[in-house]
Amino acid sequence: MMEGTLGSWGVLIAVLGGAVRVSTPYLFVALGETLTERAGRVNLGLEGTLVLGAMAGFAVSFLTGSPWLGVLAGGIAGTGLGALHALICNLPRVNDIAVGIALFVFGTGLAFYLGKDYIHPRAEMLPGIPLGTWSDSLAIQSALEISPLFFIGAALAVGLRWALFNTRWGLLLRMAGDNAEAGRALGLSVNRIRLFATAAGGFLSGIGGAFLSLYYPGSWNEGLSSGQGLMAVALVIFARWDPVRCFWASLVFGGATALGPALQTVGITSGYYLYNAAPYIITLALLVWVSNPREALQGAPRELSISR
Amino acid sequence: MKNSMITRRQAIVGGANVITAAAFIAGGGMQALAATSATVGFIYIGPSGDFGWNQAHAVAATTIAEADGVSLVQQERVPETEEVLRVMESMIQLDGVKVIFPTSFGYWPFIQQLAPKYPDVLFVHAGGLWKEGDAPNTIGYRGFMEEPHYLAGIAAGRLTKTGKIGFIGAKPLYFVFNNCNGFTLGARSVRGDTTCQVVITGDWDNPTREADTVNAMADQGIDVIVANVDSPKVAIETAERRGIMSVGYHTDQSSLAPNGFLTGAEWNWGKAQEFVQAWLTGGEYPNLLRGGFAADMVRLSPFGAAVPEAVRAEIEAAKAGFLDGSLTLYEGPLMDNKGNQILAAGEKAENEDAAFKLSVNWLVEGVSGETGL
Amino acid sequence: MSDTANEESRLTNKVDRRYGALSEALLRSGAGLEAFVLSALALVVAFAIFGVFVAVQGLDPLAVYSALWLGAFGTSFSIENTLTLAAPIILTAFCTLIPARVGMLVIGGEGALALGGVGAVLAGMVLTGLPWWLGVVACCLAGSMFGAAWIMAAGALKHWRGVNETISTLLMNYIAAAILLHLVTGPIRDFDVSIKAQSVPVPELYRLGDIPGWSVHWGLVVGVAVVCALHILLRHTVTGFSMSVLGGNRRAAQMAGLDIGRLTLLACGLGGAAAGLAGAIEVVAVHGAVSESLLVGFGYTGILVAFLARQNPLAVLLVALVIGGIAAAGGLLQRRFDMPDAATDLLLGIIFICVLASNAFAGRLFRRTA
Repeated sequence: MMEGTLGSWGVLIAVLGGAVRVSTPYLFVALGETLTERAGRVNLGLEGTLVLGAMAGFAVSFLTGSPWLGVLAGGIAGTGLGALHALICNLPRVNDIAVGIALFVFGTGLAFYLGKDYIHPRAEMLPGIPLGTWSDSLAIQSALEISPLFFIGAALAVGLRWALFNTRWGLLLRMAGDNAEAGRALGLSVNRIRLFATAAGGFLSGIGGAFLSLYYPGSWNEGLSSGQGLMAVALVIFARWDPVRCFWASLVFGGATALGPALQTVGITSGYYLYNAAPYIITLALLVWVSNPREALQGAPRELSISR
Repeated sequence: MKNSMITRRQAIVGGANVITAAAFIAGGGMQALAATSATVGFIYIGPSGDFGWNQAHAVAATTIAEADGVSLVQQERVPETEEVLRVMESMIQLDGVKVIFPTSFGYWPFIQQLAPKYPDVLFVHAGGLWKEGDAPNTIGYRGFMEEPHYLAGIAAGRLTKTGKIGFIGAKPLYFVFNNCNGFTLGARSVRGDTTCQVVITGDWDNPTREADTVNAMADQGIDVIVANVDSPKVAIETAERRGIMSVGYHTDQSSLAPNGFLTGAEWNWGKAQEFVQAWLTGGEYPNLLRGGFAADMVRLSPFGAAVPEAVRAEIEAAKAGFLDGSLTLYEGPLMDNKGNQILAAGEKAENEDAAFKLSVNWLVEGVSGETGL
Repeated sequence: MSDTANEESRLTNKVDRRYGALSEALLRSGAGLEAFVLSALALVVAFAIFGVFVAVQGLDPLAVYSALWLGAFGTSFSIENTLTLAAPIILTAFCTLIPARVGMLVIGGEGALALGGVGAVLAGMVLTGLPWWLGVVACCLAGSMFGAAWIMAAGALKHWRGVNETISTLLMNYIAAAILLHLVTGPIRDFDVSIKAQSVPVPELYRLGDIPGWSVHWGLVVGVAVVCALHILLRHTVTGFSMSVLGGNRRAAQMAGLDIGRLTLLACGLGGAAAGLAGAIEVVAVHGAVSESLLVGFGYTGILVAFLARQNPLAVLLVALVIGGIAAAGGLLQRRFDMPDAATDLLLGIIFICVLASNAFAGRLFRRTA
């Protein structure tokens, strides 16, 4: 039994620190998916985008020595995959959910294929902002060393919410997602709006992936992601397509994910796998609670194929 | 005296190996002794560039392939399931492989399943599990890594400021426990109050969990860690970022942690060349080959900058003890961490006692944590 | 008509059109020659794209193609390999295919397979002392029931709570995997096996052997039999027809008085049973026990098979052979060309994308079709 400096307080701090740390990729992917779904498309391929972004980010950081360039590269890789999703879905009679699964397989395959040579080397990591220097405790210091991406994500959440409801672009986006007919009647190219939204969503997801390989756990290999991209889709529903709620939801999910390992370090090892399944169970329970057979999910973009 | 199984065979092999090796080196281009052109197959559970277990074997594969007339086929990312059966058969049927190295520990039952079907193919396994009754065309070989872990433990014990060290293990298996015991015994031999926290992750390769564990250990004040996982890269990089010291495993990881790297435990899998040569020329080979420093099966990584001269000298002296047999790792009185006595005063388990090492399912006094069994 | 009535019918039409669009794409494109041609074209295009990709890497595409052929169908060993890999995905494909007939997109094959394996082992633990054939049947039946129950739960959630089945089955995949891992490392673990976490084995008597003369287990035959049975059910019975009606136009189905809840549950139950059976067979014929080796993605590959087969039961056999062949040849690509093992995943991803994109041409290829 690990009698550390903090004992069970240590578990709480580990969960909080983990929540902040683990939530960042969830947050970026969820924000990206929110944009995409607000425009009326579901992109299940975000897991592939996440992994591809992680690989691209790591590779570019290794090749150029700059982790921020890596983050950008991750975003660009994600944009490419997002654009591919939108272009295929823009074809008639193509089901966006199926395309998402296909891109999941494709994106992951591409990332692992191209990333083979980058498993071995070290790349420059993103710096963290040490906010815990006021404390003597190592645990608190480590938990409060936060990546700037977390703050960027938080700012994005607020910014996106504002933009969605207070700008012309936001209105056009929402119209494509709520009432495509009306949009077309106004002369808008709904397909073009969805292309931009999905590409932007891919950009953000790619950045989320770069966080994994350039900050925590900070390495590129094939075990990096464990379904975070797919979880983010559930997270968006959980957050009712609201960017700011996405922020809080990703903290909750991050904490739930960090719970398992934290408990193990104080000796609670049984039921380990069930703890790991906690985020999925929570999401399913929530879905069951908020769904209604007669109406669409409250707040859902009406064009969205999964909300009916 | 209890020791490795096939003493007589080892004697024969020892002799044959010396002759073969000498002839091989001296013979050079002598076609009569060089093996008939043959293909050797290597199977890895993960990527061969992982800075860890798989890479150590890949290096050996390259060494083996340097021999005249030997060509190499390799396949990565083969899980420890029925799939390895298919891969091995595929190599035999489609590539004409004559010697196979399925390198991951969990491949052994499948090797035993397939070996009787192909008696003209040699299967070499780095788990050291061969016993009487197993197929004769299979070999188990493995170094006693607890010896370099002991030496690394000396470094850890001398350099830890908190007296707390950490051991991350992948699975609850005998060699993981031996390594943990070696690490702890080495540290406690120079600083008696050292405690070692052990965490078993459950997977050969789970970078997120390994990083989390290192962070949690650092939070608890542990300042030296060693990770017995397939790729210690993530653990060592995380330790470096937290400013704590690290010990390597499998390959030389000193470049990953310029400040905190102490030393590490490395394999010498290249010895398997002897098996290949023996098989291809019809020579004798041991079915079980286990050994430590004395048998040149294990190595110590170069020292990191953090290790001062005095400690280096101390470690070299201990290593000499392993080489000439004067230092025994497990000697009584020895208690486990649950208060049971393993060895009484005056008793000891020889360093070459493979059967004893195979039976280790306990952790020595000073280790806090569970075996997870 | 009044405004609200107008509004209502407009909304209903929109809903129908959307349901219709999905199942139209899924069902009608399953019709005959056009479907086959489209899928074949998609395959050709996918291989071409892969060839370009490979050429850019500096390899000879033709050499890669011939290695793929060698590894998939080139020798009798290769064929046996392909068949062994095809067997489970024939069954898991139905976990997507049958619910698609009623207009649902279920991707829960992986979870149903996992629980099917668990069910088989549990049956083996509880029902000892049976004659061998009854034991095998019992284990397979138990696995099917576990899988069926799992997907039926998702179907019930969809019908009575409106929970989207794609998301719910996706989440349930992870939950099922967690249940499997928890059981296998704890309650049903066989502690004599120290090398890995594995369940108590199924009694030796209940193991399913190989087809005599081949290295392929009987599970393949079971898979083929299930395909034939389901083909008859879906295409030539009233129930099957009712399902198509429901999938084609929900409103029409309601007006025809079909019991939508029952049909939904039936479709989900059959799909889940098929995937559960795949899991049970993997345990009974291949592994002998349950462990995390069961979670290798057969469920997800089954989704690909279902789409490539354009939701046509008989086509599933052919497609499974192609996909199984690619998977079987993967190792050879690694060994001969030093390609990363992800090469086959990449190829499968490209195939999947091309097949989906080809849907855009459904109904347009031959002028004759309406």
